[in-house]
Amino acid sequence: MAAESALVFSRRDFLLTTGALVVSASGLHSSSAFAQTAAGSAVAKQFPPPDQLDSWIAILPDGTAEAFFGKMDMGQGLEVAIAQVVAEELDMSIDRVTIRMGDTATTCNQGGASGSTGVSLGAKPLRNAAAEARRILIERASMVLSVPAEKLTVTNGVIAAAGASSKSVSYAQLIGGKQFDSAVEWNKAVGNFMDVKGQAKPKAPSEYRLVGTSAARRDVPGKIFGTSDYVTDVRVPGMLHARMIRPPRGGSTIASVNADSIRNARVVREGEFLAVVSENEWDAIQAARALEVQWTDGPTDAFPGTDGLHDHIRTAEVVKREDATRKGDTEAAFKSAARVVQAEYQWPLQSHSSMGPACAVAHVRDGEATVWTGSQKPHSTRDGVAKLLGLPPEKVRGVWVMGPGSYGRNDAGDAAMDAAYLSKLTGRPVRVQGMRSDGTAWDPKGAACVHRARAALDASGKVTAYEFISKGLSRVNVMFNESDPRDCLTGQSLGMPLNPGAGLGTPSESYAFGAKLLAWEVVPPLLDRCSPLRTSHLRDPLGPEVHFGSEQFIDEIAAAVGADPVEFRLRYISAPRDAAVVKAAAEKAGWTPHKTHGKRVARNGVLHGRGIAYAQRGETVVAVIAQIEVSPKNGRVWARKFTVAHDCGLIINPQSLRQTIEGNVVQGLSRTLFEEVQFDRKQVTSVDWASYPILEMKDAPESIDIVLINSTEIAPSGAGEPTMRCVPAAVANAFWDATGVRMRRVPLSPARVKAALAHI
Amino acid sequence: MAMVNFTLDGKPVTVDADPGMPLLYAIRNDLGHNNPHFGCGLAQCGACTVHLDGQPLRSCMAPLSSIAGKTITTIKGLGTPEKPHPIQQAYIEEQVPQCGYCVNGWLMTAAALLNANPKATDAQIRDALIGLKCRCGTHMSIMRAIKRAQALMASAASA
Repeated sequence: MAAESALVFSRRDFLLTTGALVVSASGLHSSSAFAQTAAGSAVAKQFPPPDQLDSWIAILPDGTAEAFFGKMDMGQGLEVAIAQVVAEELDMSIDRVTIRMGDTATTCNQGGASGSTGVSLGAKPLRNAAAEARRILIERASMVLSVPAEKLTVTNGVIAAAGASSKSVSYAQLIGGKQFDSAVEWNKAVGNFMDVKGQAKPKAPSEYRLVGTSAARRDVPGKIFGTSDYVTDVRVPGMLHARMIRPPRGGSTIASVNADSIRNARVVREGEFLAVVSENEWDAIQAARALEVQWTDGPTDAFPGTDGLHDHIRTAEVVKREDATRKGDTEAAFKSAARVVQAEYQWPLQSHSSMGPACAVAHVRDGEATVWTGSQKPHSTRDGVAKLLGLPPEKVRGVWVMGPGSYGRNDAGDAAMDAAYLSKLTGRPVRVQGMRSDGTAWDPKGAACVHRARAALDASGKVTAYEFISKGLSRVNVMFNESDPRDCLTGQSLGMPLNPGAGLGTPSESYAFGAKLLAWEVVPPLLDRCSPLRTSHLRDPLGPEVHFGSEQFIDEIAAAVGADPVEFRLRYISAPRDAAVVKAAAEKAGWTPHKTHGKRVARNGVLHGRGIAYAQRGETVVAVIAQIEVSPKNGRVWARKFTVAHDCGLIINPQSLRQTIEGNVVQGLSRTLFEEVQFDRKQVTSVDWASYPILEMKDAPESIDIVLINSTEIAPSGAGEPTMRCVPAAVANAFWDATGVRMRRVPLSPARVKAALAHI
Repeated sequence: MAMVNFTLDGKPVTVDADPGMPLLYAIRNDLGHNNPHFGCGLAQCGACTVHLDGQPLRSCMAPLSSIAGKTITTIKGLGTPEKPHPIQQAYIEEQVPQCGYCVNGWLMTAAALLNANPKATDAQIRDALIGLKCRCGTHMSIMRAIKRAQALMASAASA
């Protein structure tokens, strides 16, 4: 990718090529529109201005449309889904609609990729803006053609009088290359909930012709023929290659650096911020390996070690507790219970371990900065870089370019900050990329936790009280975006004050037990600053972690009262859509009750079992059934078949949805069977794919049956994460069905399975 | 520094660089072909895979000196939109990749497998793909694509 032109393009160039009312990298604004937004508003200045239609939709001279989207497609098909929504409202074909994503100069801050809200929240302003654009174009056509608006129809961007197609005018003729110069009503929200409305009413789902079809993704061919650019491919003339030098032990600091120990590269250092830079990438890599640094020892026991982690969490002080759900008097119910069922579950630290370590390119000069990043939140990158460099945000441009995978707050945010600071210190454009250990050992981790579960039963076996309390490391020890450099290794290594947050999560379900307490407790971080074990958001934050425990515990209660797991769930689920997915999955999988749990041997000593789990995530509900084989001899668990029933409201693109669900199942299965960050008392020892194994093809399922429930009357909700949270418990419940043994700690690795089944 | 000559995607190329530098950096930085990716630098993931005389090679660990006089093919040389390799066509029809950063490994390994054993069984396919990573979890569609490519190759052979 030749990036230099992107830095210096002018507003005029931009209008000519895209028609958008936006800014150049030099920070020029459409001042009148900007002033309207800022006047009398407590909301931070936004640019482009969300209250202008031109910030969302443009018709180019050739009649094609561009839509400006402040979220990004991480590869699950969001781009084509947004194109479907926009083309639907504009009455154009999808191939004449281009979606511009993730450039802060051309897109409003819709929060980036966040919480599976790409369609549910992200599409809303685009849908409304496209409908408004169509309304304005029809109004203009009505004047041009002297035909009443209600007698005009639109076919692929051409407006014609009904029954008199000779009277027609195209979008291109009406406005091609020019601005709408029309206001829309902005709800003043910034981030995920940003929305705008015009006078137009979007179509009703019954009128849809493009939404709901499996339109092909447009990013696929470029990826297959090797012509797509990733953030790793951005090259700016004159750029330096950099590698960051991280401490070898948690909490150790720099005693001295021997700058003469490297060739063809030089040291860049400020405080604990340490890097090598070179004209040549291979020289930078070799210098990073060769650089002689004397490090202080750091704390004797920086970390509790992998096997001491859950004991540490159990006994650690609680810095924050939240009783998210408290219904009825659980204590009284437990006192009067005929029986009490209880269990504890443990989830380890897990790494994003994206396919490649993060990379970013930054060019800081003349009081402005451009950063090319794979971060899924480039508007946050912009804000964080502005704070780091002391620049106004409008002088910083964050440009998202597809990175090597992104599943939350991975190492991309750190790389973007590092690149910006290195560019500032060197006065040159800088490209920084991690080595494998930067993506595995040094990314922010998914939170580890311990779940305590209790259920009170009366004499008839009815659940009179239910408690599920999670205690763990914070999901926001560092923030889930990089809008503040204090949440990045960059800022922390420069000595900035810390900014820790405390949060965890509770089960999302609709079980109507007599009394209910769902709570969480957060413990302090293992190491407060520059920690390789700092915790933040990993795909479906706290979803798999919590529901591994809660949905296994439901099975444990069911077993205690001799009930079938499906029947037991349906006995207590109160929401009809929840019951519907459980029933749909059970029916599709051919589930029938059986009472022969444990030692369900098929052949060759391999044990067979099936298990179910269900959960909500926002408005989405999912049920997953796993059918697995367990080999006691070698400890292998093969989840051979999954059945998923999924209801996320109105479906935009069934094909993309199915593949997104499959990805959730496979990544969730990997986290269930293989993934646990290893560390000793000094350092993280999971540094590569050998020491942090993930699922490979030999352990992939043979089939995943998916039942899509298309609730067209319900607004679309998220699909990028919900399925994942059901996978761990479905597998663990199947494991119990197969073996009679409960696995209450993830991962169900071969070694742990062998140990658990040693007595069989 | 040393001059190393080899063939890249059908064209003769010369690189003047440290002979110990891995081929990946020569392809990406000296020759400007972006498609093989750095994933681990340890030959553990496959993101950097190219063909060396038709066989998969992890370019992140192969020293440039070992490539002299050889024929290297990347996914760009495997096929084109006009004339795709069956595995590329199948990948597009099955809409396989998500982030897509891993595709070099899967495409080049599967292409070599299919060229050698177009009728490979499911078990043989799974075996041949050991050591490849896909973090997005597209394994189900990868298997579908490989089977589709087998069908495409079979129908082309019988045509």
